[in-house]
Amino acid sequence: MSYHFNFGWLLVYYPELLKGTWVTIQLILIGAVFGVSLGVFCAWVRALGPAWLKPIVSVYVELIRNTPFLIQLFFIFFGLPSLGLQMGETSAANLAMIINLGAYSCEIIRAGIEATPRGQFEAGASLAMTRFETFRYVVLLPALKRIWPALSSQIVIVMLGSSVVSQIAVEDLTFAANFIQSRSFRAFEAYFVSTFIYLTLAILLRLLLKFIGGRLFQRKAAR
Amino acid sequence: MSLIEITEVRKSFGPNEVLKGINLDIEPGEVIAIIGKSGSGKSTLLRCINGLESINSGSISVAGAQLLPDELHLKALRLKVGMIFQQFNLFPHLTAGGNVILSQAVVKKTPKPEAEAIARQMLDRVGLAAKFDAYPDELSGGQQQRVAIARALAMRPIALLCDEITSALDPELVGEVLAVVRSLAAEGMTLLMVTHEMKFARDVCSRVVFMHHGKVHEIGRPEAVFANPQTPELKQFLGML
Ligand SMILES: Nc1ncnc2c1ncn2[C@@H]1O[C@H](COP(=O)(O)OP(=O)(O)O)[C@@H](O)[C@H]1O
Ligand SMILES: [Mg+2]
Repeated sequence: MSYHFNFGWLLVYYPELLKGTWVTIQLILIGAVFGVSLGVFCAWVRALGPAWLKPIVSVYVELIRNTPFLIQLFFIFFGLPSLGLQMGETSAANLAMIINLGAYSCEIIRAGIEATPRGQFEAGASLAMTRFETFRYVVLLPALKRIWPALSSQIVIVMLGSSVVSQIAVEDLTFAANFIQSRSFRAFEAYFVSTFIYLTLAILLRLLLKFIGGRLFQRKAAR
Repeated sequence: MSLIEITEVRKSFGPNEVLKGINLDIEPGEVIAIIGKSGSGKSTLLRCINGLESINSGSISVAGAQLLPDELHLKALRLKVGMIFQQFNLFPHLTAGGNVILSQAVVKKTPKPEAEAIARQMLDRVGLAAKFDAYPDELSGGQQQRVAIARALAMRPIALLCDEITSALDPELVGEVLAVVRSLAAEGMTLLMVTHEMKFARDVCSRVVFMHHGKVHEIGRPEAVFANPQTPELKQFLGML
């Protein structure tokens, strides 16, 4: 083997790596917060919501879950401008990730809601709570608790999938790796380092989600 | 005028008619036991009174207000009539105190300190003042059911519907729940309870309703109903106990 590993020169590119990592972190944070919020809303519609909204949400969820993420991203970035909906590449990447995670998390959260014992809804109703109040204060938290591990995995999957946004020139971590590789022609080192950073991000994200779950579902005395 | 007026109520699930024209008027302060075989429609009747099931025909009114199936009327009805279930149905993510506070805060917009004070008072009333911070799965079945009673009482209902509230309990825990119900009866709460506790029905209730095949088959004071059943169905039901 004549290839000589050499990581030292990567130091020259550390601003690119740092910036790319930060962009990827921002993408996942925005995508996770708004994507899961969208997922909760859609799960509510599919499980308990008004009949007229259900078909709309079903079409959205099935459309997203049965098409490639890259095509969704291209559609938003290259397709929507034809309809007069122009946006920057970062906005397009954010939107694509929110929409993608919204659909997948919808199905996960819905499973959590549907596992709620009927008696919980009846207890809420018998205490004069509306259906929505019962969902909000009685059903939602235990439902999220049930599916938190699955939801966490899905968020990590979307984070890793975010690497394709470099295809529309969002300067994320993958973009940085490609850039370094094209400048230095040292593919192994460039992708080895970016792989390592993705791995670290994924582990940190799982830890963060575990921590959030712990706080969210922590037993606390009534105030 | 009666507190609860049930007139010619019919209810079907698909082709299966479960309530076949129920008539029952309940006066304020009455304690009524509903007895009857499994499947005779006892639970369905209570659930209709609380609007958990809609009726096909007839009418139900509570304190003069007609039961209508829209959310606003249902809310008004459920503020007046509480319900206790066989399976307790406590909210598992909230403490006993949190269970009693929640609907006050959400539905009545009671300020937190006041809602908490009422919760403490209601838990005290069912003998569980010390369990304010305990979670449902840290409580025995009897304690959970008493929290459920406190939770319903905190909404200040004028009547309570109890559907076999001791049937899921170990025998040694039945007494503590019945003691609470007995004290509510003594304080003048209007109670409509489905029960298999015949001794309790005899001691505490003002009237006993025997349901059979979706109808009020026999009704009367407990002495009369238990000592002198008029129909062969009731005789058979009492005999097989
Ligand atoms: N949600 C429902 N859907 C269909 N049938 C039901 C439903 N609830 C009750 N029933 C039927 O109604 C009948 C009466 O049930 P129920 O009121 O629970 O009787 P009880 O409480 O006296 O045992 C039963 O035959 C039961 O199968
Ligand atoms: Mg029943």
